[in-house]
Amino acid sequence: MIEFRIDRRSGIATYLQIVQQTKQALRLGLLEPGDKLPTAREVVEATAINPNTVLKAYRELEREGLAEGRRGLGTFVRGTLGGDSADHRALRAELRAELAAWSERARAGGLEKDDVTALFTSVVDEHFDRQDNTDHQKQGDPS
Amino acid sequence: MSAAAIEATGLGKRYRKKGRWALRDCSFRVPAGRVCALVGPNGAGKSTLLAQAAGLLPVSEGSMRVLGERPGDARDRVAYVAQDKPLYGQLTIGETLRMGHELNPGRWDAETAERIVAEGRLDPAVRVRTLSGGQRTRVALALALGKRPELMLLDEPMADLDPLARHQLMGTLMAEAATHDTTVVISSHILTELEDTCDFLLLVDGGHIRLGGETEDLLTAHTLVTGHVRDLAPHTVVESRTTGRQLTALIRPEGPVDDDWGTLHPSLEDLLLAHLRSPDAPVLLTPSAEQSGRTAVTA
Repeated sequence: MIEFRIDRRSGIATYLQIVQQTKQALRLGLLEPGDKLPTAREVVEATAINPNTVLKAYRELEREGLAEGRRGLGTFVRGTLGGDSADHRALRAELRAELAAWSERARAGGLEKDDVTALFTSVVDEHFDRQDNTDHQKQGDPS
Repeated sequence: MSAAAIEATGLGKRYRKKGRWALRDCSFRVPAGRVCALVGPNGAGKSTLLAQAAGLLPVSEGSMRVLGERPGDARDRVAYVAQDKPLYGQLTIGETLRMGHELNPGRWDAETAERIVAEGRLDPAVRVRTLSGGQRTRVALALALGKRPELMLLDEPMADLDPLARHQLMGTLMAEAATHDTTVVISSHILTELEDTCDFLLLVDGGHIRLGGETEDLLTAHTLVTGHVRDLAPHTVVESRTTGRQLTALIRPEGPVDDDWGTLHPSLEDLLLAHLRSPDAPVLLTPSAEQSGRTAVTA
């Protein structure tokens, strides 16, 4: 099970925060296919947000093939993100080590955290097609 | 079209003959199953509107339907928490809940009511008159939720609650609404309190409905633009300000906005403040907030 944290000052639509946190949990392996997502009632009881916002987030996850609603049972994780094969796991570990060394070099060289984050984001943006990054395009979508 | 929880046609109220109109020409609907924020400045008419929907205040002109009935007739399916949370001071909390049980035969949810009281660490044996303002609010909400109403009318319910109690009770309220598909109308002059909670909005100002509809639709109907000072036609301008050569405006776009305007999505608060500062901005009701036009029976 996952617990959502809603950041009211983030400027990111509430439903999108739920979508992003679910994806993040999938990437980190905190959620796996077959796991049940909390019911709308459980989410709103803990966060005091509108139930329709939760349902909207779950519809979005369903649309992206990451979750499925089973009538009367709840919403379940279906897909995986970022690949979950042994190859992918090995690659992630390797990249993480490289990135750690890279970050350490930036820090030792006197760069600020914000400089480094901006640099990283701009390189990632250059190399990945923006079209599959629906999160980014939708950040202004109010709800 | 989904059923309406509240539907008003040309609704008006004045407390004295030839007195000031507290509400005038209000036509709107709140569809069933929504969590509706009723916002507006002090004295806008929010409490009048809620008391009318509760059937406690006669309508001076126009008509109102609540859950498809005349306001007073739907009383057993409606819970109303007035601003001053009227309760019987000499009763204990336990007796108050028992009263809720006796007055709502067949629908009383004792478990929910008792849980809400217990979450506030309140002793059922304590008399209501000894409670603090926030504790009274908790008991009043327990009574309202225990009734398991189809429509909840809450007049400034959160004003005297501490942040923890507010979060907890709002969470409980949303959970009950999600489970039983309850329609909730909550008034407040502090919008940020309701921004994540409501999916429907009514802005009342000077006795009139200024904005009404799904919050999402209302937000997407507006754009904040900044750029060089010039005419904004054909767009509807809600509010505009010039600083030197720069113009900042909240508009309702009619067609595409020129590329050289910087555009931003307004927040709900941007939207409300702009409308409150511009009393002449045209009224906007989204289709779901427009009353269906079918001849309503005069109340």
